[in-house]
Amino acid sequence: MKAPIISSWFGRGQLAAPPDIASAALRSDRFRLEREGDWRRLDDIVKRMEGGGLRRICDADLLALPTLYRTATSSLAVARETSLDAATLAYLEALVQRAWFQVYGPRQGFARWMREFLLGGWSRAVREIWLDICIALFVMVAGAIVGWLLVAQDEAWYYRLVPGGLADTRVPGASREELLATLGTNASATGLSSFAAQLFSNNSAVCILAFALGFAFGIPSLMLMVHNMAVLGALLWLFAGQGLLVELSAWLSVHGTTEIFGILLAGAAGLHIWRAMAFPGTRPVLVAAAEAGRRGAVVMVGVVIMMIVAAFLEAFPRQLVEGAPNRFMIGGTILAFWLTYFFLYRPRSSVERDG
Amino acid sequence: MNAALRNRMTDKRARTLITPEGIALPIMLASRGSRAGALILDVMIIVFGLLAFYALLFWIAGGLLKGTGLDPSAAPRGAQEFLQILLALAGFFTWYGYFLVQELGSRGATLGKRITGIRVAARGGGRLTPEAVIARNLLRDIEIFYPLIALLVLAVMSSDSNADVGPLGWVMTGWFALFLLFPFFNRDALRAGDIVAGTWVVERPRAKLADVLSTKGAAAAQGASELTGARYQFGEAELAVYGEKELQTLERMLRDAQPDALTAVHATICRKIGWEPGAGDERAFLEAFYAQLRAKLEGEMRFGKRKADKFS
Repeated sequence: MKAPIISSWFGRGQLAAPPDIASAALRSDRFRLEREGDWRRLDDIVKRMEGGGLRRICDADLLALPTLYRTATSSLAVARETSLDAATLAYLEALVQRAWFQVYGPRQGFARWMREFLLGGWSRAVREIWLDICIALFVMVAGAIVGWLLVAQDEAWYYRLVPGGLADTRVPGASREELLATLGTNASATGLSSFAAQLFSNNSAVCILAFALGFAFGIPSLMLMVHNMAVLGALLWLFAGQGLLVELSAWLSVHGTTEIFGILLAGAAGLHIWRAMAFPGTRPVLVAAAEAGRRGAVVMVGVVIMMIVAAFLEAFPRQLVEGAPNRFMIGGTILAFWLTYFFLYRPRSSVERDG
Repeated sequence: MNAALRNRMTDKRARTLITPEGIALPIMLASRGSRAGALILDVMIIVFGLLAFYALLFWIAGGLLKGTGLDPSAAPRGAQEFLQILLALAGFFTWYGYFLVQELGSRGATLGKRITGIRVAARGGGRLTPEAVIARNLLRDIEIFYPLIALLVLAVMSSDSNADVGPLGWVMTGWFALFLLFPFFNRDALRAGDIVAGTWVVERPRAKLADVLSTKGAAAAQGASELTGARYQFGEAELAVYGEKELQTLERMLRDAQPDALTAVHATICRKIGWEPGAGDERAFLEAFYAQLRAKLEGEMRFGKRKADKFS
C-alpha cells in the first residue's frame, strides 16, 4: 500500500525532515514514516484552527482537512493492530481527538446562531414549552390574587410583601394625591438612561435566577414568581382602594407587559427543566435534562433581550408619557407584538429547509 | 487493544468516545481540581479586568469633575450618564460574555481552562451547540455565585445590626454545599450546569510526535554499537521472555531515562536471558534488544498472536 505523501509541505515549527524511510528497521516504523508528513500537516492545521478560527486557514488546507482527518483515523486503526510504538499511538490518539473536535466542532459561530435564533429559533423554543408557560401563568395569576387577598385581610402583610425601598409613599393610608404623584412623569429624559441600564442588569439577574432555580425541583422558581406577583397584587389592592386601579394598570403596562412576560418565560423555562427531570418518559434522565436545558437556554437568551426592551420602556416612555390611554396603547402594542412573534410567527427552521 | 490503552481504561476518569468513523478514542475527564482551578483563574481575570476598567472610568469621571472645580452638579450631564451606563452594563456583559464567547470558540475553553489544559465537550460525542454553552453558564450563577453573594450579604447584615439571620444562613450554606459537592456524587464529575446542558469537561490532549526509535543507533536495520562496533543478536528463546508491557516500558526508558537507570535495566535483562552483563555499552544493547523484541512481537501480532506481558 502506498500512501499519498505530502512531504513537500512543511509548515512553521517544522524542525527537520523525517529520517529516511529505508533506514527504519521495523515495518511499523516505516508505516509511520510514510504517513508522518500528513499527520504533521493535520497537526499544524488543527493548531491554527484552535488558535484563531477559520480565517487563518487557506482554502487548500481547509479542503484537505477532512481527508487528512480520515487519513489520521485510518492510520490510528492500522497502527493499533500493527505497531507497538506507544509514543506514536499516543500521538495519533491525541491528534485524532483534537482534529475530531475541529471537524465535528460547532457548526455555526455566535453571529449565525443569533440570526437563526431571531428568525424563528426563539419563538419555536417558546412554543415548545407551552405547557410550562401555562403552569407558570396560572401560578403568577394565583400569586397576584393571593397578594391582594392577604393585604385585603390584614394590612400588616403589605409591609412584609413590599420592600421598603420600592414603597416610599406607597403605603396603606396614603392619600389619592400622593399615590397619583408616584405615577407621574419626569420633565426631561436626563438620568433615565442610566436608570434603564441599572434596571436591565437587575431584572435580568432576577430572570436568570428564576430560570436557574427551576433546576432545584422547580419549587424555588414558583416561589419567586408567587412572591413577585404577590407584591404586584398588594400594589393593585392599595391603588384600587383609592380608585386608581386603571391608572396603575396603565402605568405598569408600559413595561410590565414585557417584563412580566419575561419573568413568565424564565420561570416556565426553569419549570420545563424540572419537569423533564421528574418525568423523563422513555429517555434517560440525563438526556431529558440536557434536551430541556438547551431549549430553556434558548428561551433565556430571549428573556434577556426582553429585559433590555423592558428596561428602555420603563426608563423612557413610562417616565415621559402621560395619561392612561397613551400608556395602555404602548403596553398593549408591545404585548401584541410579543404574542404575534411567539405564537403566530412560524418560519420553517433551517434544519427542515436543509433536510 | 494495546497495553497502554488498557491501562488507561482502568483509570476512573478514562472514557471512550466512538467517532463517526468507528474509531474508539480514549478521552480523559478533567479532574475536579483542575476545573476548580480554572474557575478561580477565570473569576480572578474577570474581577481584575473589571476593576481596571472601573478604575479607568473613575479616572475619566475625575477628569470631568476637575474641569468644573470639583462640583458634581456642574459636570456635563450627558458624559456622566454615559459613564454610569458603561459601569452598569460592563459588569453584566463581561460576566456572561467572557464564558460564552470563549467556550463557543474553536478551543471550547475559557482562558482559565486553557491554562489548566481542559475544555468543554458535548457528552456522548455530539456537537457542542451554543444552547448547551449558554445553559451551562447560566446555571453556574445559582450553583456558586448566588449563594456566595447571599451569604456575604447575610454576614454583613448580621454584623451591622447584630440581628440574628436565623435559619436562612444555614439554608444558604446547605444550598452552596449541595451544588459545590455535586460533582463528587456522580461518575462523570458533572456539575448541575453540565447535566442541564448535556456537556462534560475533558482534558485537552497534548502529545508531541516522538522520534522514530528504529532508525538510529543499534536499533537500526544494520545498526551496531557506536562505541564498540558490536552487533547484538538475540535468539528466539531470549526474546520470548518479554511481552508488550515490558516492551513499552523499555521504550519509555530509551526515550527519556537517565544512563544509570539504563544500567539497571540492562543488568535485569541480562540476568533474565542468561547473559553476562558487561559495562559501558548499555544503550546500544538496549536499543538492539528493543528493536528485535519489537520486530518479533509485531511479526506475531500480524498473525493475530499477542503477548500482553511476560506472564502470558
